[in-house]
Parts: sequence; structure tokens; C-alpha cells
Amino acid sequence: MALNSRVPEGPIKDKWTTYKDKINLVNPANKRLIDVIIVGTGLAGGSAAASLAELGYNVKSFCFQDSPRRAHSIAAQGGINAAKNYQGDGDSTYRLFYDTVKGGDYRSREANVYRLAEVSTNIIDQCVAQGVPFARDYGGLLDNRSFGGVLVSRTFYAKGQTGQQLLLGAYSAMNRQIGRGKIKMYNRHEMLDVVIVDGKARGIIARNLVTGEIERHSAHAVVLATGGYGNAFYLSTYAMGSNVTASWKAHKKGAFFANPCFTQIHPTCIPVSGDHQSKLTLMSESLRNDGRIWVPKNMEDVLAIREGKLKPVEIAEENRDYYLERRYPAFGNLVPRDVASRAAKERCDAGYGVNKTGEAVYLDFAAAIQRYGAEQAHVKGLDENDKVVVTKLGKDIIKAKYGNLFQMYEKIVDQNPYETPMMIYPAVHYTMGGTWVDYNLMTTVPGLYAIGEANFSDHGANRLGASALMQGLADGYFVLPYTIGDYLSHDIRTGKISTDSKEFEEAEKQVKATLDALVNNKGTHSVDYFHKKLGKIMWNKCGMARNEKDLKEAITEIAELRKEFWKDVKVPGGANEYNEELAKAGRVADFLELGELFAKDALQREESAGGHFRDEYQTPEGEAMRRKEFQYVSAWEYKGEPKDAVLHKEALEYENIEVKERSYK
Amino acid sequence: MKLTLKIWRQKSASDKGKLVDYKVDDVSSDMSFLEMLDVLNQDLIDKNEEPIAFDHDCREGICGMCSMYINGRAHGPDTSITVCQLHMRSFKDGDTIYIEPWRASAFPVIKDLIVDRSAFDRIQQAGGFISVNTSGNTQDANGTLISKHAADTAMDAATCIGCGACVATCKNSSAMLFVGAKVSQYALLPQGQIEAADRVRNMVAQMDLEGFGNCTNTGACEIECPKGISLDNIARMNRELMKANLN
Repeated sequence: MALNSRVPEGPIKDKWTTYKDKINLVNPANKRLIDVIIVGTGLAGGSAAASLAELGYNVKSFCFQDSPRRAHSIAAQGGINAAKNYQGDGDSTYRLFYDTVKGGDYRSREANVYRLAEVSTNIIDQCVAQGVPFARDYGGLLDNRSFGGVLVSRTFYAKGQTGQQLLLGAYSAMNRQIGRGKIKMYNRHEMLDVVIVDGKARGIIARNLVTGEIERHSAHAVVLATGGYGNAFYLSTYAMGSNVTASWKAHKKGAFFANPCFTQIHPTCIPVSGDHQSKLTLMSESLRNDGRIWVPKNMEDVLAIREGKLKPVEIAEENRDYYLERRYPAFGNLVPRDVASRAAKERCDAGYGVNKTGEAVYLDFAAAIQRYGAEQAHVKGLDENDKVVVTKLGKDIIKAKYGNLFQMYEKIVDQNPYETPMMIYPAVHYTMGGTWVDYNLMTTVPGLYAIGEANFSDHGANRLGASALMQGLADGYFVLPYTIGDYLSHDIRTGKISTDSKEFEEAEKQVKATLDALVNNKGTHSVDYFHKKLGKIMWNKCGMARNEKDLKEAITEIAELRKEFWKDVKVPGGANEYNEELAKAGRVADFLELGELFAKDALQREESAGGHFRDEYQTPEGEAMRRKEFQYVSAWEYKGEPKDAVLHKEALEYENIEVKERSYK
Repeated sequence: MKLTLKIWRQKSASDKGKLVDYKVDDVSSDMSFLEMLDVLNQDLIDKNEEPIAFDHDCREGICGMCSMYINGRAHGPDTSITVCQLHMRSFKDGDTIYIEPWRASAFPVIKDLIVDRSAFDRIQQAGGFISVNTSGNTQDANGTLISKHAADTAMDAATCIGCGACVATCKNSSAMLFVGAKVSQYALLPQGQIEAADRVRNMVAQMDLEGFGNCTNTGACEIECPKGISLDNIARMNRELMKANLN
């Protein structure tokens, strides 16, 4: 099967407008006859559900949480990008498009990214109309911030809780439609398979997580808005329940999975404290504006710190290695996420990590405190040489800027970051890869769509800060409602899809058989035991830097672990009741397949690009080396075992942007 | 450290339920409270016993899923945090800890420590929105100026995570802090004015229908709210309701 991206003809800036002018529409009376299933209620799924219901379709929404408001979009901190140019600093649709393609290391599809930049401004208008309380300045206008990898201020924000406020906006739009009966909401439900009838996605099999009941739901189209798969690494900044199951079941039913190895590892997270660790906490990227990252220069200092004989504040300035400032004088501590993460790993691998596990570096605010303090002392006419006064004033400024983050850090680590440097280490944060979609956001299965983080299309090999929220809402509010209409216009005479067909029967039987196999297995190890083992393989061999030998080992080890899982996993309780362990077992079973494909994808991509770094492909200075022959999307077709997956390539053409080296020196 | 846990076990909504004693050893002070329960659950699974069911998801204090009454306080002994942000260093070796679900007739127990909070969703469905379609064809976002004070106060109300600690801690099981926060967010913004009267009437009517109690101004909700939502929001809701009923 050849991949067809269905990108419309014409100049890039006219593509979307021309496309919208020419697509088929469904008249309002006919929309009432059409059902759409949307799985997931984050920014993408929530906004899509509300929009399609407003248009008149009958929407069924599913989430595994107890309310749609709890999807993990809620945890996004920093902000949302939009090319409004409110600051008059030269921003434009083209510039946002350019930054996103370059930031993604030239591995995303041009036409999709341009459309994203184009609709970005509507998102802000829409959210304000919905009552999202974005930050404003004293004149009553919207305020903006700056984020990594760009030269303009285009990030809109609501304190450090932008994701929460945008999600609650989408949730409120959903609530309006739930109240009117246009959305039927299924909380605490998990999709366990997609049902294909005559080659088209026509429904899902879902499990009611409270009763354990298996349900059949039919529709004329199915939309997956189920987020990313970073929990394959066990430890990540994802929510505990985030999983790949919906995407993976779709993959097994014919949807190609694209660029699985493109994963974002965020440089500033709180390090792992012990074996009991269940999740990692992000410290916002904004901290790198004022924090300086370093490790000791001398090994004896490192050892003394680990033994508790030396404190970081006692190390003299000349004995510290501010390695980002040393390696990247132009961008310093503000290099993009992928570069900062790899540099931390390089130092820790060389033995300079500053905590017990050897996997932590310092993020130090002492210099910023002194700088701000001296500034304040000057403004207030106080003695700029009085260390006590200056330090106090400086701490007040840092507190005003980052107080909530400092408090969060202190709660978790039990150290005061105003007095001693923070310890940080990179952690898995986002997946750029996902289900392959065309320009319409449709997968390789007709009638099956993937939106938001669940698809692969817009961020290439590395996502810029504040762009995930933008993409989720763009897909759900402004792209899918058009593109899905074109497809559904052929379904106005189809009538209700029956759930009594043999396809539903077969899918339900399969799902039940898998659940029964899990609860009847009665092995010796819990689900978490296998999940943690998988996470270790992924982190050690498919993490921040990869090489042929490790990846080959990972493929073998994951396949073995999967075998062991099915032989020896222990799931207490039954299938017909509330059973968290059973839900987890199903998710981990899918991660164990995805993980192998992930490694296989990383192995075939013999280049370094964005979040994917291969040891073999680097410049003499240790920087990522992109290779022209890999300027394609790798889209994998399921053929049974992950090792048998077949690679299809979608070539990436850049007609509106010059492909250049990314340099931050 | 070693701890004794007294945990509420209840098979289903219709089951009677009871406190059951558990011992955990080897608890590190760096663990979060939920990680301590993870350790207990692994132990129970190893012993072929049924693990304890509890709600949790983001584990960073923002999704509002976790909901436990710990030693008689919603989200445990610390303030301004959810259970997932509570760490074991707040306890000491040899402690006995009581762990119960939210208690309110409008939040029936599903299993063990998990309760059904869908009443909150239904209150929002009754009016917790602005009736604007998502077409994107609205006026420019800077078309209406909004004072920084109004935007900031609306944001303070909007930070509610819908966890239900306010209800659980209130002797009347009142949901007024939750409803007041949503009513306030919209009442403070110009976009919310058009539907203000209907919104507050409908949301309050649904709140009463769900069986939540009334407010007697004890202020316990404000103290236990992990996001520090202020009691002012209840006053504002009452003012909005009075305004709506007078017109």
C-alpha cells in the first residue's frame, strides 16, 4: 500500500483555504443521522467532541478517567503559541511555521505545519470567548511570554496552569453539548479495540472500568485522541494511566504507526529518588532563563558531595563546570530541550552526576539572586555591596517569578532551592511519533482519525515548547470538523451501524479472550514488575542516545520480556469487576509490543535528528548529524510480531523553507 | 519507617464496608503517600490478596483525581496540596494512619477509596459554560479589554481542580466552594455577563438536586482546598443568585 498524504495542490498559503472551499459538506438534517466516536477527552478529543456536536453530529465520547476534565492535557504548564503578533515583534504565520519546522529538525510535513500556524490565531480568539482567563497586562490586553528556540514573544499563558485552563475551556464546551444531549459521555471506559466493517472503522469495543462489562459501540467514524506513549519508559512526566492501547489496537487493525522513535526527553525534571518512584515531575522550562546548569570540575568534589562531606555552595566558582555555557556560548543555558538533555547525560555518563545515583546536575539560582538583588538595591537606593540586603531582595524577585515551582521542588525533594542549587535530570515528556495520518488527519484505515499527540504530523523529530497545546486545539476545533465532514458526506444514506455484525462479534470475542487470559494466567510477577523492566530497557538502550548494538539488544530483550509477561504475569481479581491491575496489564501488554517497534524504528534511522540521537552519527564536536537520505517519515505496517513490521516511507519535501543545519553555538 | 494503616475497604456501593488494618515496613521518607500505597498493593498482590482501589492519575497535583481522607483531613495533614503531593516525611516511624474515602451522600462509594463525583460534572453541564460555538469566528481576542485585576481574580477562581475536598471536609457536605468558583470565574469576566442570571440559577438548582448541603460559613473548605480557593467565591455566588432572582 502506497502512502498518500493527500496534501492539496497550490501555494502553501492557499492550500487550506482552497481545500475548505472545495470539500463536500453534510447538510444539518443529515448530520443528525451520523454518529461519531471520539476516544480521549484532552485538548484534542475534548475540543473535537464539542465542535462536532455543535455541528449536529451525534457524538459518543470516551475517557478512562472519572471525568473528561482530568485528561493529562491538564498538567501542561507553560503556555500556548499563536502567531498573533500582538507584541509587534515581527511574528507572522510564516515565522511560526518556520520555527516549528526547523525546531522539528526538518522531519515534519510542511503543509500540515503551515495550516497549524494559520489557525493558531483563531485558537486564542476562541478560548477568550469561552472565558479562559489568560494573563493580561495593566492596560487590559493579553500578555505574552517567550519560549525556547524562537526569537519572538508569542506564548499566551494562564499562570503556570495554561493546559488546565484550556482543557477546562474545552470541557465547558463539551458540557454544554452533554447537557443538550448531543454528546453522550462515557467516563471510566477504556477502548480495547476498533471494529472494521467492509474496510471502514465503524465502532469500538470498550470496557466499563467500574463494572468490567464489555460494550459494543458503533459509529460512522472513529477518532482517536488518546495522547502519547511515553509511559513505555515506565518513568515519565505522563499521568499514571496514559497509555498506547487505543493507538496500538488501531495499528493492529491496519493503521500505520509513524516515527515511533521520536520522543522528547525534557531536560529539567526532578531526579529519581529510589526504586519506589512511580512518576517524574517536570520543572518548567522557564527556569532556564535564570538558572545556571553545572557539575563540579573535579572528580574528588563529586565524590565528596555524594558522601555528604561537601555541599555544592562550598565549591569555588573556578571548580565548577557550567557545561552548557562552555559548549554553547551563543545560547548558553537556553539551548533547545534535546540539546540540553544530551549534554546532561554526557556529563553524568562521564561520572560527574551529583546525587547518589549519579544521575543529576545542578540548576543554580545563586547568580540570578545576586544579579536581581543588586538591581533592586540600586532601584531602592540601598547599599549594593551589602550581601545580606542584596540576597534578600534577590530572593524576593525569584520567589515572585518561580515561587510555585520552588515550593513544589521543596515538597518533593525536601531541600530549599533558595539556599542550595536544585538537582535536575532529563525525563521522558512527550512523543512526537504516533499514528500516521494524511492531511485530513485520517489514518491508513478509512474512517479512523488520529488527532493531537496521538498522531505524528506536526512536530517532526522535536517539539518546541508551548506547541503541544496549540496542535491539540487546532486539530480538534478547526481542522477535524472540516476534514471529517468531507468523509462523512458519503455516509448520509448509510443509516445506523448495527453492532450485531460478525465483525463486532469477533472483536468482542477477541477482547474477552485476552482479558480472560490475563486474569487466568496466575503467574508469579505483578504487572508493575514487567512494566519497570521494560522501562529500564527503554531508558538504557532507547533513551537519550542510541546505538546499533544497544538497539539490537533492546529488540531481543523486549521480545523475551513480552514472552515472559504472557507466561508469568499475575493479575489478581476477575474480569467482571473494578480491577485496576487488569486495566494496567492490558496497557503494559501493548507497551511491550510498541517498545520493540520503537527500537526497530530507531535502528533503521541511521542519523541523528531532534530527540533521536545515534552515537554513530554525530559531528566531531558531538552534535547531531542529520542525513539527507533519511528525510522521510517512517510508517510501519503491522504484520504480526513487531519484528515483522513493514516499513513504508513518506518522503518529506521542503519547498517553502531551506533545510539548514541546526546550530546553537 | 514502619507504619500501621487502617484503610476503608468496601467491595461496592451496596457493601457495608469496614476499616481493615495493614502493616507496612520499609517506608522511605522520600516516598509520596501514593507510592507508599503502591508498595502496600504490591505486597498484597504477592500475598494473593486484593489490592486497595484508589483514584489517582497525574500525580503532580493538578488532575484532581486523588481523593482520600487521611487522619481526619481531606488530602492529609499538609495544606495546599493533594494526596499525590503528600510525602511520607510528614509522618514518623510507628504512626497509625487512618485512610478513608470522601464522605458525602452526593459522592457514593464505588469501591474502597474511590467515590463517584459525577454530580460535579452534572452541575457544570447545567450551566458552567459560555454559550459560544467553537467556529473560531469570534471577535479578536484583544477586542474587549479586561482589567488585570478581573483577569487575575477570575484565574484564581478557575484554578479549582474539582477534587471534592471542599465537600468532603464540610460538615454539611456543601458544594458551594466548587460551584462558587465556577460562577465567579464567569461573573468576573465580560464574556460571562450575558448568561449570568441563568447560569447561577441553573447551577445552584442542580447542586441542590444532587443532594449537597448548604453553607454555614465554617470556612473548612477554604482551609482544605488544595488550590486555596477563597470563601469570597461563595459570597459572590450568593450575590449573583440574589441579583438573578431580583431581576
